[in-house]
Amino acid sequence: MHEMALCESILETLREQARLGDFTRVERVCLEIGQLAGVEIEALRFGFDVVMRGSLAENARLDIVECPAEAWCIQCSTTVPIKERFDACGLCGSHQLQITRGTELRIKELEVN
Amino acid sequence: MCKVCGCGQGEVRIEGQHHEHSHDGHTYNGHGRHGYEEHHHTHDHNHDHDHSHSHDYGANLAGAAVPGMSQTRLIQLEQDILAKNNSYAAANRSHFTDHGILALNLVSSPGSGKTSLLCKTIEALRDKQQSFVIEGDQQTSADAERIRATGAPAIQINTGKGCHLDAHMVGHAVEHLSPADGSVLFIENVGNLVCPAGFDLGEAYKVVILSVTEGEDKPLKYPDMFAASGLVLINKVDLVPHLDFDMTATIANVRKVNPAVKILQLSARSGEGMEGWLAWIEAAQAMALAGHPLHTAAQTNAG
Repeated sequence: MHEMALCESILETLREQARLGDFTRVERVCLEIGQLAGVEIEALRFGFDVVMRGSLAENARLDIVECPAEAWCIQCSTTVPIKERFDACGLCGSHQLQITRGTELRIKELEVN
Repeated sequence: MCKVCGCGQGEVRIEGQHHEHSHDGHTYNGHGRHGYEEHHHTHDHNHDHDHSHSHDYGANLAGAAVPGMSQTRLIQLEQDILAKNNSYAAANRSHFTDHGILALNLVSSPGSGKTSLLCKTIEALRDKQQSFVIEGDQQTSADAERIRATGAPAIQINTGKGCHLDAHMVGHAVEHLSPADGSVLFIENVGNLVCPAGFDLGEAYKVVILSVTEGEDKPLKYPDMFAASGLVLINKVDLVPHLDFDMTATIANVRKVNPAVKILQLSARSGEGMEGWLAWIEAAQAMALAGHPLHTAAQTNAG
């Protein structure tokens, strides 16, 4: 989806943090992206470089931690790994799953100076 | 520009708005209504990096200067990337709650019949319910004009290159449109089953419209949207006899992605199934008004 809009949102957060935290350069940005967050990692990396150009985070390193998806199976009363939103429980085949992990879309940490 | 769908900002236009907002710099100042508190934790560590920095960093915030030590700091932010949008969405939501407004975010692919359905819905509600509409499209105000022809106040947002509405645009549109207390606000999102899924606008529900000409596998191809929605409307059911459309398989596919979602079948053109949708709106509106002074006043008057 909208990877470019996400990068613009990240830049906005960086600018705001720079004001609050009194720094002028961002050296590294670490993101946490869930498997089900609807984000194409390559498109995000491409967008990041383009959006950060000329900003306080120009040439900043982008680290992405990809989070695997998990769901709570109501039938089995247990957490099971999934790959897609429409996956069935690997144990019982039910679709009565509640996604518990894998939708993360977070700025985890920054390295600044 | 977004590699996938051409998202970009800076070309957003809201009908009737004279001061054009530049969304490039994102300096959302002076909008008191959008006030929010930043939630973040900043832990400052002085890392002993081995970079051979030749800069003179001088003193740090605490006034301590260590010769030869870089001032590179680690900030543990743990902040949602969409935190800004979410804070605008929260401001919109609290405005809707305060005014007893039921806000519905209508999403679908282009050509699913959203605008036609909306026109028919507004006409059917007219005697009981005041409707307001925010129309999102990349270009033209054709849809807002179609809505206004039904008598409902409507405002068009042109997103330019943008592929979705965001909560900030909607906040401004609400300021201009000023929907009445206790009314229904329909937000017709840009026709796109991908991006609008991730952007909360402050609505009570996302309502996804799927027309029978689109095929059974849409819910699996675009699972994020179907997972985010509180109601699925299967539109154009009057065409089913002419198509090889498998309703049972479609419903099963929706259920795979969102087991709890309500699914209604209707046709805006023939009117079939419209009563279910109108009843759903009425029930959702009653929920929006529960505990609101408007509702209490209505009960007192009735009693």
